[in-house]
Amino acid sequence: MILRAALIALLLALVLRPEVFTPLFAPFAPENGPVIYTRSSLLSLSLSHLGLVAAASLAATVVAVTLAILVTRPAGEAFRPLSRTITNVGQTFPPVAVLALAVPALGFGAGPTLVALFLYGLLPIFENAMTGLSTLPASTMEAARGIGLDRWQRLWRVELPLAMPVILGGFRLSVVIALGTATIGSTVAARTLGEVIIAGLLTSNTAFVLQGGLIVGLFAVLIHDALVQLEKYLARRSGRG
Amino acid sequence: MLWDCAPTSSVIAGGLALGAGLALGIPAGAPLRRLGGSLLGLAGLILLLVQGASAQLEGAGDLARVSPAAGAWCLLLVLMLLMADALSQLRPGPRARAGLLALLLAALAGLLWSGVLSDLSVMQEFASRKAAFRTAALRHVALAFGSLGAAALIGFPLGILCHRNASLRGATLPVLSFLQTIPSLAMFGIMIPILGWIAATYPAAQALGIAGIGFAPAFLALVLYSLLPVVANTVTGLAATPPAAIEAARGMGMTGMQRLWKVELPLAMPVILAGLRIVLVQNIGLAVIAGLIGGGGFGSFVFQGLNQTATDLILLGALPTVVMALVAAIVMDILVDLTRRIPERQP
Amino acid sequence: MIEIDKITKLYGSTCAVDAVSLTAETGTITAIVGTSGSGKTTLLRMINRLVEPSSGEVRINGEPTHAVKPHLLRRRIGYAIQGHGLFPHHTVARNIGAVPELLGWPREKIAARVDELLELFGMEPAEFRERLPLELSGGQQQRVGVARALASRPDLLLMDEPFGALDPIIRTRAQEDLRAIQRKLGSTIMLVTHDMDEAIRLGDRIAVMDGGELVQYGPPEEIVAQPATSFVADMVGDAERPMRLLSLIPVSALLEPGTAEGAPLPAEATLREALSACLWTGREAIPVETEGTPAGRVTLAAIRARAERHA
Repeated sequence: MILRAALIALLLALVLRPEVFTPLFAPFAPENGPVIYTRSSLLSLSLSHLGLVAAASLAATVVAVTLAILVTRPAGEAFRPLSRTITNVGQTFPPVAVLALAVPALGFGAGPTLVALFLYGLLPIFENAMTGLSTLPASTMEAARGIGLDRWQRLWRVELPLAMPVILGGFRLSVVIALGTATIGSTVAARTLGEVIIAGLLTSNTAFVLQGGLIVGLFAVLIHDALVQLEKYLARRSGRG
Repeated sequence: MLWDCAPTSSVIAGGLALGAGLALGIPAGAPLRRLGGSLLGLAGLILLLVQGASAQLEGAGDLARVSPAAGAWCLLLVLMLLMADALSQLRPGPRARAGLLALLLAALAGLLWSGVLSDLSVMQEFASRKAAFRTAALRHVALAFGSLGAAALIGFPLGILCHRNASLRGATLPVLSFLQTIPSLAMFGIMIPILGWIAATYPAAQALGIAGIGFAPAFLALVLYSLLPVVANTVTGLAATPPAAIEAARGMGMTGMQRLWKVELPLAMPVILAGLRIVLVQNIGLAVIAGLIGGGGFGSFVFQGLNQTATDLILLGALPTVVMALVAAIVMDILVDLTRRIPERQP
Repeated sequence: MIEIDKITKLYGSTCAVDAVSLTAETGTITAIVGTSGSGKTTLLRMINRLVEPSSGEVRINGEPTHAVKPHLLRRRIGYAIQGHGLFPHHTVARNIGAVPELLGWPREKIAARVDELLELFGMEPAEFRERLPLELSGGQQQRVGVARALASRPDLLLMDEPFGALDPIIRTRAQEDLRAIQRKLGSTIMLVTHDMDEAIRLGDRIAVMDGGELVQYGPPEEIVAQPATSFVADMVGDAERPMRLLSLIPVSALLEPGTAEGAPLPAEATLREALSACLWTGREAIPVETEGTPAGRVTLAAIRARAERHA
């Protein structure tokens, strides 16, 4: 708990008041070179980075969960094997390759990053949503039918709430991947925290690399942790924990 | 237009094959029909590519280049997926799959070597960088497989120790999963100052080739990423040994080592290999990022291509990576099946 | 001969087994009975040192068990457990041959022994040798588990609830088979069970454990007829006692000359069966025959008198 608070404080300080850390990073900067990244504010880069991840992950969640619901209905049964193949094959595609391949099709900027994050984010969420929706306890489903819930009521009141922890697990996986892949998005000119790291790599300025790496790393670890806690809470409530 | 791009006869043949292939392959149902459809479609697509490229280049000068547009790539992807789906529904055994994979790879190699595709711009890009491509490929393999090997060397003993010792397990697994959370570029970046410092402080390390930039930081970052799947799957696999079997093994007088080698490890092998599969596929993808810190590999083509907005260069780096990851995944799946001595109960 | 001498197991301050002594003759079955937590399994596991005794010693044919390294000791003692504990990745043949393999027997000798045991347990070697445990029925798995425990001709066979996972009908078959095989091979067996019926059916002697102590040790007749404590009486079950007693005595014990109406019983049948036949068919006496020739009769009055004589 204390560790968590300390990490959050460290992250906020790094993003909002990076100049405080000048003495700390100075030994890593080249002589007379800049110590703190100032070409754009770390805050705006962070917001843009998180915005990209959030937009892509949310869109991926909506689409993936909808698809998972469709293929777990009797009418969509026929598509289940195909969708499983697509998920399996898709997940062997390296995220960086997906990003790189999106560039020829979409040009530079936030566009290809968003598309790559979205496409890659679909897979874990879809896979988990399908698992969650197709492994519900049979007795519960029978009881839901028995008390007279219709198909929509069953979906909304029983299936989705029960599958939620598993779906959230997929969401967490794809958010963590997206946070990492978005960093590489700056090589295709998307505004993300990767910009700081890459600037550091290009000018051999280790101080930049550390700043960028530390901020992205902290974001990833904290967001991951928050989602794990949320999952645990939901799992306890739905009795699957 | 399709019609303008090649001699009419081959356009009709290729187009028909493509159309018939899709018509056969897309409707759900018999997997054999879908397989046949996808093969027919692929043949049609390749015919169109081959004929189209040479026709377009006719009289266009030596520097002209042709590349398939997004439509062709999408068709390729759809056809490959149909094929993969048909194959997975046919459930061939591990040996049959190995044979099929060899056949496909041979067909791909034959297609590339025969030179019929050499008019395509990716292939021209390849032709002009043959030596660099070979170096990059070797480096990529060294990064992905080397880090896998190192992770296995560290991870197996660590996993076995974690299995036997609960407090070590409690301390190790959270640290390893924390490492996996760190975004790859940040991890690669953070390795640079650390290894740079080591190289600067210990001349012996420098003599071994350890430096802040290049192969060493990329390799180390990949090893760190690989540890979690290796250790976690080793622990899970070992923990899944039926308790009665362990009790019986102890009761009949097996020593701790005999129990590990004769009972626990063989039973855990499919799960352990599944961990290695995750690592291998993941590392082949992540090794691309080594290109950013001078670590070499296919990533150097990808990032050069991105810098120069040279699509063909991007493809030259990205396509082999994708193929390598797919092949690695299929081969590892085959190995997992082969080590599964106990037949899986049908659900 | 197995001698257990004042053996004790302490876990912290709680005493799981408290100074238990008993001696089992070679070629007999000793059944250790008790409720869960009575220390019966701990007692058994101290014999092959899966649990190290806190004090006391065990001697097998005069040799103390602590003089041998535990894993070497265990290779000389067969061990069969509930849920069989077969190795799921090994064939039936490799499972049965596991201990001989550890002992370094030559391959042909192991193969011959495996076939011999499969035949002994009524499983066609050619059919079952190469199967995996998953491909066997519950009863077959259990038989392979016992065959594995017997493979190296051990001095002693320890069995911990070996029939616990079987359904009642298969369980009775398995008990009969074990008894027959034990007679044939002359094995020494120590068997833990919570089921008094099983103990009475199988045991030459019964040891009743309660709260870590050995409360009574004797032949089944004695346990049934003269329970040492109210706990033993409970285990035997008051209402069942006359029946249990009668089930231990063969008809031949009360054979008297004479004839009777109705279907005859063989001389090996128990008094319980004779009583049952009397009540069911409303007869006062049942004819008895040995190997098909009339040998006399047994009367309801005699059975009643025998049941009353217990004290």
